Amino acid sequence: MNAPTLNPPPPPPSPYSSALGKSNIEQHTLSVLVDNEPGVLARVVGLFSGRGYNIESLTVAEVAHGEHLSRITIVTSGPPEAIEQIGHQLERLVPVHKVTDLTTHARAIERELAMVKVRGKGDDRVEALRLADAFRARVIDATTESFVFELTGNADKIDQFVELMRPIGLVEVSRTGVAAISRGPEPI
Amino acid sequence: MSKQMTGAEMVVEALKDQGADTLFGYPGGAVLPIYDAIFQQNFVKHVLVRHEQGAAHAAEGYARSSGKVGVLLVTSGPGATNTVTGLTDALMDSIPLVCITGQVPTHLIGSDAFQECDTVGITRHCTKHNYLVRSIEDLPRILHEAFYVASSGRPGPVVIDIPKDVQFATGTYHGPKNIQHKTYQPQVKGDLAKIRHAVEMMAAAKKPVFYTGGGVINSGPEASELLRELVKLTGFPITSTLMGLGAYPASGDKWLGMLGMHGTYEANHAMHDCDLMIAVGARFDDRITGRLDAFSPGSKKIHIDIDPSSINKNVKVDLGIIGDVAHVLEDMVRLWRTSAPQVDAGALKQWWKQIDTWRERKSLAYRPSKETIKPQHAIQRLYELTKDRDTYITTEVGQHQMWAAQHYHFEKPNRWMTSGGLGTMGYGLPAAVGVQMAHPQALVIDIAGEASVLMNMQEMSTALQYRLPVKIFILNNEYMGMVRQWQELLHGGRYSESYSEALPDFVKLAEAYGAVGIRCSDPDKLDDAILEMIDSPKAVIFDCVVEKAENCFPMIPSGKAHNEMILAELSDDAGVEIGSIIDERGKLLV
Repeated sequence: MNAPTLNPPPPPPSPYSSALGKSNIEQHTLSVLVDNEPGVLARVVGLFSGRGYNIESLTVAEVAHGEHLSRITIVTSGPPEAIEQIGHQLERLVPVHKVTDLTTHARAIERELAMVKVRGKGDDRVEALRLADAFRARVIDATTESFVFELTGNADKIDQFVELMRPIGLVEVSRTGVAAISRGPEPI
Repeated sequence: MSKQMTGAEMVVEALKDQGADTLFGYPGGAVLPIYDAIFQQNFVKHVLVRHEQGAAHAAEGYARSSGKVGVLLVTSGPGATNTVTGLTDALMDSIPLVCITGQVPTHLIGSDAFQECDTVGITRHCTKHNYLVRSIEDLPRILHEAFYVASSGRPGPVVIDIPKDVQFATGTYHGPKNIQHKTYQPQVKGDLAKIRHAVEMMAAAKKPVFYTGGGVINSGPEASELLRELVKLTGFPITSTLMGLGAYPASGDKWLGMLGMHGTYEANHAMHDCDLMIAVGARFDDRITGRLDAFSPGSKKIHIDIDPSSINKNVKVDLGIIGDVAHVLEDMVRLWRTSAPQVDAGALKQWWKQIDTWRERKSLAYRPSKETIKPQHAIQRLYELTKDRDTYITTEVGQHQMWAAQHYHFEKPNRWMTSGGLGTMGYGLPAAVGVQMAHPQALVIDIAGEASVLMNMQEMSTALQYRLPVKIFILNNEYMGMVRQWQELLHGGRYSESYSEALPDFVKLAEAYGAVGIRCSDPDKLDDAILEMIDSPKAVIFDCVVEKAENCFPMIPSGKAHNEMILAELSDDAGVEIGSIIDERGKLLV
């Protein structure tokens, strides 16, 4: 009865796996205020990899030099229960001041900056410039056969612009990842 | 009280200021300045272990049995990496530790210097927090902060990595006064409205059960007192996890025994059938819940925990109360007293009647033997012969650990030191060393298996050096018993590599260390042999030769629910093929 079977049944979901989290996957943007000390980013990233959470995008920079505060913006995805758990796990990290789920707690504004290099001649150049104008992208470098466009917007807008550039002669893209802030006069 | 001194002297001074009078450690090149400072003072007692893992477990045993922070001191590189298992163990079981590691001098960091390793990188995942001290100005703050972080909120291990040049540097030392942590301030008081709501839910319950865990022990002796009071006030049944044993006395009439994979029939069935579960300082670990989608399907659940991430992590609860167990229970007891709710006495009586029918199954029973010592019998005799003494029990990990949890009965908290979350074989002997350091006059017994104990056997030297009369009670079945049991249940009895071949002669081994060796294989001589062990003023290794093929029951097989337990009587039935109980789904689990 314990002989190996040739066609093992597909692995069923583990009965030890969470009874939670069978619902829809959602994308959330978390804002994490941390002490800007060595290793703090490694703690945050290590938490995500160690516990099997997703990182779709991550940005970090110091935002208050005097107080040594950095703001990490993480776009993550998972079922709502997992997102809640991610928030709590982040709060356990000692250098973390505050975790805010901008997707649930505030109507947030999200922006990303991209630099897009496009190569082409003749009509392709004209078309690239015309599309760049429609997307309010700026030319920040140009040669006789290429442009580098700078573009700001939400992730979808950048995705769309990149797709439009692809047939024209997309060479490469550099993106910053998402930065986000809540609307209105209050801080997070 | 600020004084000029070297970094090494600051370490010793901070230990004094924190009341840490015992330090487990092992010297090496990168911590020599601190060892020199230790040499020149008399407050801190250093215990020289024989392996840094032993230092970590000893510090755990010390901390768990005393309620204080356990402290260890090791050198850079291998010294630090050898502590990783102990640190992870402390993280999983929420034991407060401060681990001071030496590091190569600042200017050599990153150069692959001799005995250099990225200690903060390696220990980031197995500590509550860690620090690399880059300058002498930061050292006093970090030292005191480390004790604060280790012992506040949900306790855990903290590493302080101190480069050798910082140990030599001179700076200004500050005491622990007025050190306020800017980010880490865990909530200890529970939300009163929620506690009031909990009391209302409890008053309305028809089939309630308390499910308590290690958080009650961590919260301090007053938490155990309050828990006892609340159980007395409500009359509700109570069960506990492995880590929570002793918070409620095993002799109490509301006690159902331990729950979970090797818990009692009555505890697991009460959990499955209850209409209200009150989880106190417990974390719904997989050893406890069994199959999650069949876990206590009909109950409302209240969860008291100091760690917000514990709530709704594995099991969705109806009411989560964030706070320290003692603080929340204090409010709960007070609100229960003042509101003096009318409980449904008829329903509760019916519930207890149901529980009594489960108790009648006598799930801890086993088939006695006149020829061989049954391991359960050995624990029972050990309990009977030591229960009236000032006894502390540690264990290794495996069958012996579960039998100890089932058959040794604890009346007080902090008396039971075991590796629950990580399941670290080799924990018990060094932990016993730590416990004995904290309680020099007590009877400290490591209930061990012959395989586990060999993992840190070297710590016998430590015990002998400090004349610690620890008793190592080995249930010797010549197998890694739990591995063997699972191979019988899951792998057709193919005992791959689980037989303990080439075992040492434990009596001679004891003698080689300068301890006393006792062997017993005759059930009739067991009591006398145990008494000989207890009465010995020296460290003892007791080789208790037990039945080899005994399985640990009752058991919730992998992937099954609380009401699908295997009992010993079932496994004895001729018609039941024990290897067929666990299905394909269950085999995938651990």
